[in-house]
Amino acid sequence: MHIEIDEISKAFGPTAALTPVSLAIPSGALVALLGPSGSGKTTLLRILGGLEFPTSGRILFDGADATGLAVQDRRAGFVFQSYALFRHMTVFDNIAYGLKTRPRATRPPRAEIARRVTKLLDLIQLPDIGARYPSQLSGGQRQRVALARALAIEPRMLLLDEPFGALDAKVRKDLRQGLRDIHDETGLTTVFVTHDQEEAMELADLVVVMSGSRSGGRIEQIGKPADIRARPATPFVRDFISA
Amino acid sequence: MSDIRFAAATEEPAAVRRLLIGLAVAGLATLVAAPLLVVFAEALAQGWLAAVTALGNRDAQSAIRLTLLIAGISVPLNAAFGIAAAWFITKFDFRGKAVLITLIDLPFSVSPVVAGLCIVLMFGTNSLVGGWLVASGHPIVFALPGIVLATMFVTFPFVARELIPVMIEQGRAEEEAALTLGASGWRTFRTVTLPNIRWALLYGVLLCNARAMGEFGAVAVVSGKIRGQTATMPITIEMLYNEYLSVAAFSLAAVLTLLALVTLLLKTALEIRHADQLSATHRH
Ligand SMILES: Nc1ncnc2c1ncn2[C@@H]1O[C@H](COP(=O)(O)OP(=O)(O)OP(=O)(O)O)[C@@H](O)[C@H]1O
Ligand SMILES: [Mg+2]
Repeated sequence: MHIEIDEISKAFGPTAALTPVSLAIPSGALVALLGPSGSGKTTLLRILGGLEFPTSGRILFDGADATGLAVQDRRAGFVFQSYALFRHMTVFDNIAYGLKTRPRATRPPRAEIARRVTKLLDLIQLPDIGARYPSQLSGGQRQRVALARALAIEPRMLLLDEPFGALDAKVRKDLRQGLRDIHDETGLTTVFVTHDQEEAMELADLVVVMSGSRSGGRIEQIGKPADIRARPATPFVRDFISA
Repeated sequence: MSDIRFAAATEEPAAVRRLLIGLAVAGLATLVAAPLLVVFAEALAQGWLAAVTALGNRDAQSAIRLTLLIAGISVPLNAAFGIAAAWFITKFDFRGKAVLITLIDLPFSVSPVVAGLCIVLMFGTNSLVGGWLVASGHPIVFALPGIVLATMFVTFPFVARELIPVMIEQGRAEEEAALTLGASGWRTFRTVTLPNIRWALLYGVLLCNARAMGEFGAVAVVSGKIRGQTATMPITIEMLYNEYLSVAAFSLAAVLTLLALVTLLLKTALEIRHADQLSATHRH
């Protein structure tokens, strides 16, 4: 799905989180929002997912205005930084949640839900953990379950907030490739947040470099990883990617 | 470093450990167990028959029924209010949050007698509202509604107090996840919030219930202590005791104690039965 962000700004009371930012995300792209802490990456992602609403500006999904669209109707698969798995449900029930929650008319029958959950568990290469609770999983396993849960609703886009933030270097590398594979397989428009420039450059088709200031987060440069490396648009970008 | 200190901290000399355990047991025995035993001993001082006869008395029966009715009304209502308050405080940002939390705690710091007096002043025959209510045949003071109001005021903080720290600790992420997966607000509450807080909720409800059945001060003021009508179990116990009807007083006290013990046993049984879920839902 093509996403158009048109002059979006966001203020939390007196705090400006985003100065007006504009960004076009082509259908099927894998995009990284890269920037230091406080540059408004999470805020922008949450606005896309419908968890936060912009103070001004518009969002278009495939050309249609989606600025005021309710979170439930966005069909955005969201992976939270802390994964936010339902701790009182098994892995199976976590992944099945989005399907079970659909209105009766569009809800798949029980057997079909089970089949899809099994397929997703295979996709994340953890076929045997359906009966476990989140507290019985490693960090990397939790991250993959959160991804499977987001994919289960057949989302129109995938939004991930620092998906590899809390993991050690080796697991990060593996999961990075895993996300790339899943993106290529599903063809979903994917936006992920990171403050690790190597991660952004290696994984993304398109990198959005953001910076923060008192007047709110802003976009410094949008480009392919190679272009940003070769031609940083501002001193901030040059400093940030050489750090 | 911390490992070494930790090991040392748990390795108190055996004598110190025994002394501490001994102190704890002695404290429990003298402060908790002994008074409970005395209640039952006094109740049965003249044998089972006397105790059962005393409990069969019409006023005693009416007191038991009234106390159960009051707990039955005020505990569910306070559970609902407590959940709503905790939900509102922890899931939304707004100004004056600290003031609201203090307000919830108010019943803990106000003497129950004062609370009772407030209700009398607000709804008594001499007040505007009260006069009208009495005239229309729905008195609040010296009647069931007043006792329920007083009980609810005194027990209001229990549920909210148990829930607020748990809900703050759990944050909003799981609820937000449910919303992005398409769940409505109500469904999110039922399938995510409620299961996550159920143990704190149960605990709060049990505490609330124990206090609702046991409340004396506020109820004493608003009830008018009309025997067989507005006298709850604690009030009746006091009246019987003042009349030197010690067996009757202690039999009723024993029943009140038993009701409290049953709630505690219920909680323990639930905890044992759901031990696996408990460990799964608690933070590691
Ligand atoms: N709910 C909120 N209430 C008030 N201010 C907020 C809120 N959420 C974010 N902010 C502010 O908005 C700004 C941008 O925050 P945001 O979380 O989007 O940054 P970020 O780029 O994701 O940072 P990080 O890398 O640390 O996660 C910050 O100044 C932050 O303090
Ligand atoms: Mg963030």
